[in-house]
Amino acid sequence: MDQNLQDSALVTLYLKGEEKALELLIDRHSQRIYSFIYSKVYDKDVAEDIFQDTFIKVIRTLKRGAYNEEGKFLPWVMRISHNLIIDYFRRNSRMPKFQGSDDFNIFSVLGDPSPNAERQLIKDQVELDVQKLIEVLPEEQREVLIMRMYKDMSFKEIADKTGVSINTALGRMRYAIINLRKLVEKNNIILTN
Amino acid sequence: MAHYYTENFSKETSLKPKKETIDFLLNYSKALSVINYKKLQFESINN
Repeated sequence: MDQNLQDSALVTLYLKGEEKALELLIDRHSQRIYSFIYSKVYDKDVAEDIFQDTFIKVIRTLKRGAYNEEGKFLPWVMRISHNLIIDYFRRNSRMPKFQGSDDFNIFSVLGDPSPNAERQLIKDQVELDVQKLIEVLPEEQREVLIMRMYKDMSFKEIADKTGVSINTALGRMRYAIINLRKLVEKNNIILTN
Repeated sequence: MAHYYTENFSKETSLKPKKETIDFLLNYSKALSVINYKKLQFESINN
């Protein structure tokens, strides 16, 4: 294909199905359009996105036969990119983007309290181990421990529910904990996160 | 003799879109077809 063809001729060829004509058009104007976008947004990734959206719009308009500005291809494309830049800034003013610098990193004051995948795995494992240990406890101790730790009941409620005094419930809880500790030591289980 | 106290901009800062972006656009163009039916237009991506 003749490299010296004018934009309007390339557009006509593209409309006739000559894909190579689009390649020439993009190649011819990409630097100018990209620089224009970059000069407004000062972010290479954003410029890349807007550049891509601009040409998606160009391609769709051309293929739909809605292009009627023969001879003014570049100004038309520039106008599309200009509108997309405005859209970008409108969106961003509603949702401002905060960019950290070397002096101040937002993540040094903002943390994610949830455990990471490794810690979550360890936590799950520890909880599973504890559940298995609880299964081994004598029935009355296990009952009190589950009500207190898992159901968050008060010792008064536990005493009422199991039909024993508060002191007995407290004692059972104490023995449950002592026995759990013994089991942990005996089986060499590490229950730390 | 007068000196020009200016620095040349680095020529490495080429402001061009990535090759992947261009390739994507060319492939998009090849895949997109518009079907006209009476007064309606349908776009389809044939990939």
